[in-house]
Amino acid sequence: MTATRDLAPQLILGDEAVALGALHAGVTAAYGYPGTPSTEILEYLLRAPMRTDLRVAWCANEKTAYEAAIGVSMVGRRALVVMKHVGLNVAADPFINSALVEVGGGLVVAVADDPGMHSSQNEQDSRFYADFARILCLEPADQQQAYDMTREAFDLSERFHLPVLMRLVTRLAHSRALVTPEAPRPQSPLGDLPDSSDWTLLPANARRRWADLLERQPALLAHSEQAAELELLSSALGVITTGIARNYLAEHLSRTEDRPSHLHIGTYPIPVEAVRRLAAHVDRMLVLEDGFPFVERMLRGLLNQPVPIEGRLNGRVPTGGELDPDVVGRALGLPVQHPASLPRIELAGRPPQLCRGCPHADSFRALIDAMAGMEGPLVCSDIGCYTLGALPPYRAIQSCVCMGASIGMARGAADAGYRPAIAVIGDSTFLHSGMTPLLDAVAEAADLTVLILDNHTVAMTGAQPTLVPSERLPEIIRGLGVDPDHLHVLRASRKGEADLIATIELELNHPGVSVVIAERECIEAAKRDPRELRW
Amino acid sequence: MKVDSIVAGVGGQGVLSVAAVIAGATARLGWQVKQSEVHGMAQRGGAVVAHLRMAEGPIHSDLIPRGTADLILSLEPMESLRYLEYLSPMGTVATAVEPVRNIDDYPDLDLLLEAISNLPSSILVEATALARRAGNGKAANMVMVGAVAHLLPAGKPSLAAEIRRAFGARGDNVLDANLEAFRLGCSLGTGTT
Repeated sequence: MTATRDLAPQLILGDEAVALGALHAGVTAAYGYPGTPSTEILEYLLRAPMRTDLRVAWCANEKTAYEAAIGVSMVGRRALVVMKHVGLNVAADPFINSALVEVGGGLVVAVADDPGMHSSQNEQDSRFYADFARILCLEPADQQQAYDMTREAFDLSERFHLPVLMRLVTRLAHSRALVTPEAPRPQSPLGDLPDSSDWTLLPANARRRWADLLERQPALLAHSEQAAELELLSSALGVITTGIARNYLAEHLSRTEDRPSHLHIGTYPIPVEAVRRLAAHVDRMLVLEDGFPFVERMLRGLLNQPVPIEGRLNGRVPTGGELDPDVVGRALGLPVQHPASLPRIELAGRPPQLCRGCPHADSFRALIDAMAGMEGPLVCSDIGCYTLGALPPYRAIQSCVCMGASIGMARGAADAGYRPAIAVIGDSTFLHSGMTPLLDAVAEAADLTVLILDNHTVAMTGAQPTLVPSERLPEIIRGLGVDPDHLHVLRASRKGEADLIATIELELNHPGVSVVIAERECIEAAKRDPRELRW
Repeated sequence: MKVDSIVAGVGGQGVLSVAAVIAGATARLGWQVKQSEVHGMAQRGGAVVAHLRMAEGPIHSDLIPRGTADLILSLEPMESLRYLEYLSPMGTVATAVEPVRNIDDYPDLDLLLEAISNLPSSILVEATALARRAGNGKAANMVMVGAVAHLLPAGKPSLAAEIRRAFGARGDNVLDANLEAFRLGCSLGTGTT
């Protein structure tokens, strides 16, 4: 690596700054599942030059990715695992329990939250998960901190023998700024076999490990106290910011006459002493955090004296949705800066839609035709481009809840007596979380029809390769116990439409588990340079 | 000095390429840059917007406060009006005039163009037509970069160099069309109405 060239400032996304930070922290392996706004972290590492000694892999889902990362840490080397906020729900089991083992090599989980739900089904706040697991959480305020804190996270993980959660939000993950890297650290050597009693969470060991984790809490708190940035100025108002809220406050400071006192939190657990010092200094507090009122809620139990606290809980800041400079300006009581005049013209909305030539469009048309004449068919769908099948002109699906839910929900509806019950799921979503509910359905001979929309890729997040080539899907499905007579692979195209309609119609009338795979490559993926695709 | 710009368009038009080219050239000047983008679901043929902030000094927020943007640079006429609340009273709207009608209820184009012309400062560009003349209709986005080059901190040679970096790997035809599209955009001069 030629240090001088690599250490020049780079104009990169917050996500890419995390990736570069991990690379320069000497990470040995990085795992994840694609999900907006976290995808670019692993994509950057996949493209990184000189990565022959670095293992980077998309995994079946966030849980398997997390478990692989724990294994890397167990043998003394550094691991990064990345996911979007709802992915941490999938990985919650290994995540919570990884706080109880004796982390060896630095274990960092980078989670990108999506306040405002730009591309997600909820806006849950991952800081609660870090608190739940009783581990450190770092929340960068800008791209440089995303780089610096990722490097710091690996060191902290090894110092405290705990996983560290890096919390990003969309507006940092997907915003570019100049980042100045520092000299890279080499990878750690392979370690010795760890003490099995620190890794085998039998109740006797788990109780000891839990006590040990609780004993380490004051040390974690001492670390976050030392990382807190407190500036005691005006006694009228004290503002607490976390993460990128700091920037929105800074945007307005030149417009405020009496500069408020300010505590910025980028490291959790919440620095209690710093909060109390601020509270003792001011008449009123305002809490600005992108996401849930995490600090604000805890604050109410931490203060020694009654100080009015404003934020999302009292409506000073909207209870939901992301922060932006204007939301923060209003919370500070500053006037909004208005443009001169807006013309009175009605603009049409422009929601996202399936691409022209998308194979899913053909599949949806076939499904709609096959269901014609049926009374109230139930179509449970899933997470992916094909969720857009909910919108006109298709209006073909009735649900989208979480990865893999389509099959489980259709099975439940069938058990409850609803006919026909249909699940529509993409190939990658099926591999992520659809195989287990299909196994359930087969075991109980549930009366449902599964339509797998196989476009050979993880399309919504930018055409990442799926874990197995499409040709192998049928053997996986047969392996789960689906009757080969009720498993069909058909092409999703105008030309093959009649066959697809007839097959779906036939299987809708079969009282048992049927799977129809409608297959054609994503047109966006097909346009891409084949050299970019990795199996 | 600062230039805050909203870059708007429809998914697939190359909004992010416009933002990347301008941001890259500006960063090489030694300016600070923050460029907030939209990825994921919104990119599928929907409205796409990037906030591009450029300043000689530090930039705090990744997002531009409403009423303060110096420029709205749009690749599509209706999209140029969607973010008007961000524009400062002294700001300019520059847009391609060719509509993307991938929705049923697209408004009357003449009314749209009239509304844009009536803004205090606007630049209307037949970007797709010029891009076709440059050899590739898809290079309309680079026509628009050229059309606002006089409002940007990076000079035309730096922008052209950035276009070479951005499109160099896609072959000579694509690169040449984009450079020519940029040049045709620049040649419109400072046609601010």
